[in-house]
Amino acid sequence: MTLAHEAVSSETIETPAEVAARLNASGATLRLSEAEAVTYDEGRDVDDERMIINMGPQHPSTHGVLRLMMELRGETVERTKPVIGYLHTGMEKTAEGLTYLQGPTNVTRMDYAAPLFSELAFSLAVEELLDVEIPERATWIRMLMTELNRMSSHLLFLATNGMDLGAVGMMLYGWKEREEVLRFFEKVTGLRMNHNYIRPGGVAADLPDGWEDGLVAFLDQLPKRLEEFDTLMTGQPIWRDRTQGIGVITTEEAVALGATGPILRSTGFGWDLRRDEPYLAYDEVEFDVIVGTYGDTFDRYAIRLNEIRESMRIVRQCIEKMPPGDYRVQDSKVTPPPRGRIDESMEALIHHFKIFTEGYKVPEGEVYAKVESPRGELGCYIVSDGGPSPLRMHIRGPSFVNLQTLPHLMKGGLIADAVAVVSSVDPIMGEVDR
Amino acid sequence: MFGDPLFTDGVDWSDLGIMGIKVLAVFVFLLVATMFMVWFERKVNADMTNRIGPDVAGPWGILQTFADGVKFFFKEDVKPAQADPLIFRLAPYLSAVTAFLAFSIVPLGGVFDSSRENPGVVTILGHETYLQVADPPMGILLLLAVSSIAVYGIMLAGWSSGSKYPLLGSVRASAQAISYEAALGMSVVAVVMLAGTLSTHGIVEGQIGSLRSWYVLSTGFVPFVVFLIAATAELNRPPFDLVEAEQELVGGFHTEYSSIRFALFFLAEFMNVITMSAIMVTLFFGGPAGPIFFGLEWLFPTLWFFAKVLVFLFMFVWFRATLPRLRYDQLMDLGWKVLIPVSLGWLLIRSGILLRAEGDISAVTLIVVASVLTVVCLGLLFAAYAAGDRAFAEEAENERDRTGAKG
Repeated sequence: MTLAHEAVSSETIETPAEVAARLNASGATLRLSEAEAVTYDEGRDVDDERMIINMGPQHPSTHGVLRLMMELRGETVERTKPVIGYLHTGMEKTAEGLTYLQGPTNVTRMDYAAPLFSELAFSLAVEELLDVEIPERATWIRMLMTELNRMSSHLLFLATNGMDLGAVGMMLYGWKEREEVLRFFEKVTGLRMNHNYIRPGGVAADLPDGWEDGLVAFLDQLPKRLEEFDTLMTGQPIWRDRTQGIGVITTEEAVALGATGPILRSTGFGWDLRRDEPYLAYDEVEFDVIVGTYGDTFDRYAIRLNEIRESMRIVRQCIEKMPPGDYRVQDSKVTPPPRGRIDESMEALIHHFKIFTEGYKVPEGEVYAKVESPRGELGCYIVSDGGPSPLRMHIRGPSFVNLQTLPHLMKGGLIADAVAVVSSVDPIMGEVDR
Repeated sequence: MFGDPLFTDGVDWSDLGIMGIKVLAVFVFLLVATMFMVWFERKVNADMTNRIGPDVAGPWGILQTFADGVKFFFKEDVKPAQADPLIFRLAPYLSAVTAFLAFSIVPLGGVFDSSRENPGVVTILGHETYLQVADPPMGILLLLAVSSIAVYGIMLAGWSSGSKYPLLGSVRASAQAISYEAALGMSVVAVVMLAGTLSTHGIVEGQIGSLRSWYVLSTGFVPFVVFLIAATAELNRPPFDLVEAEQELVGGFHTEYSSIRFALFFLAEFMNVITMSAIMVTLFFGGPAGPIFFGLEWLFPTLWFFAKVLVFLFMFVWFRATLPRLRYDQLMDLGWKVLIPVSLGWLLIRSGILLRAEGDISAVTLIVVASVLTVVCLGLLFAAYAAGDRAFAEEAENERDRTGAKG
């Protein structure tokens, strides 16, 4: 990634290393062991305005089991240490024991708010190793589904962001609209989350008959709802006071910290993999990349709100352009045969048996595939030794990398700002801990 | 109690009996009303967010609060090891008792009509009396006093819990109460100035007549708005619920409380909402005044009173469902930099108009004095802002030096 972007003038550019050094020196990160934290209060005899407070892992607004160890002076946050690992279940290690066919069932449980993106990244990586060309319809179905998933994920963000700032009504409005998307997912994939729908070689099932009807109705009514959200939050003076100028980050800092997605875009740096390194058929649809200006909490909120609108544009184009054809690749080494064929063909029976017991073999090599998830760059790195399951699989979770920005965004703010910042970074702990 | 005709001809046992009945009635009424309020809030809030809300216990779930209360009674009363035992146990009662006290000065009924010789008097068992528990001459001051004491309940609860989140909540509570008490008091003064009395009965009596004589209009609307905002803050209701602030402080002052003690805080909070709504109706909306149909004089004033209170209760719920929470420093800014100057300024304007109406002072003198005073006040105000900004800048500078030296 180059920094030669119009938003950044050439003289002020610091190298990422310089920015990293500056951020390190800023003292926003609390470097304190558990043992030291316990004796922290006794160790200071001069200054008793300071204290360590643990926000989480059980706290209403840390979005799961994130724990923030914060050093407070009064109510001002001085230093922060995000503590993770409370949801660690070794999913990357688990992947090594699962075949490529079983892989999506594993990765889909990482980012549970946007499960289809993990499946997509995994499938793209495996397909690249297999060197298969997936049918056009499968590509468009994937695009349709992931864009809807982006909408549901952002709606969930709007709900929790509203709630974290005290607008409890917003919480249920967001959930309600998300529900409509999930209903469509249930119709298509059979499940509301953890779909295991996007698989190497295509998707699990074709779109059901009449799939457009409910979807078009939903797309027609959603803009009205989004305008209601605007009334309730965007134009609300208290809302603006609470979010504007809070948790500010610059482009250089975001880049140095590896932040992607809405956090990076909020700084005015238009980096979106869908446009900059198109995958699927994103070069065939029209959409805008939403960027912010100030890199504050409000920008991150506004970006997500407007990305819902952009996703709606893409979904409409997907509905229009949805090509006919196969929904998965007709390669009998990768795709299980249809049920009917098994009774008639010896080959089909063998393939079916092999695929579901041993799994299909993937050529030796290593590959990194990345997609733009609602939270940023979601990458999947797979090393294959030619066997039926990966030798090593690693997921670059955007939530995990974005968490690094927390201490810097929170420094100098109040507790209420800290809550707003955590909410605006929108981490999903399943993806952080994996 | 003192303006009450019940006591004008000495006090005998029957008078005390009626007193007892009134106290009991108001006590029971408040408890029932609180139960209703909790249900009402949940139901309206549910409606506003496309939900059904409680609907299992009783018709339309109206007994939900009762069920919750019973459940609270049977829960274990947990006391943290670090808590200060006595104060930790005492604090909830301090909140609950004061919540009951403030309601005693609210006139609940009686015909307030200019045609009456002694408005607001009702006859109970052959005795003439006001339909309110007490009508002390310092009336509305009691409200201010009691609501200040109520803050102690919250403050001590947070402080005695021996835990960090409640501590932050209690610090917020005390600061918030001090800031908003001033604005609250100042907007009450505007009403008292017009009524010429502190007694709540007297204040309601002063509003007899047309709608225009209700103090919400005749004080010029500003005191009402200031009172409404300050009262919301005083009640720790959204958008000023920083003391609890579930998303920030988990539960604030009541994080460590459980069982019946938590229920008492809960009760006190909702009771205070009802009391404040009733006080607002009394101060600004003519109390029980309203048209009386079919000659039902015992029914309609009380009905009007409750109808008016219900409007405010609905408003508080509405606030909760829609508004985001203010931040601590924004709350302080609103209190000190907006509400107090506005209410103080409005008070000066109103008193100027009153003086003019008395006719002792010529308009020219008044305008000259007023303009000089305005300029001086604004000057002081801006000087204060500037001083505050300098102090902040200095503090930030020191902070930078300190951390810079450390780094």
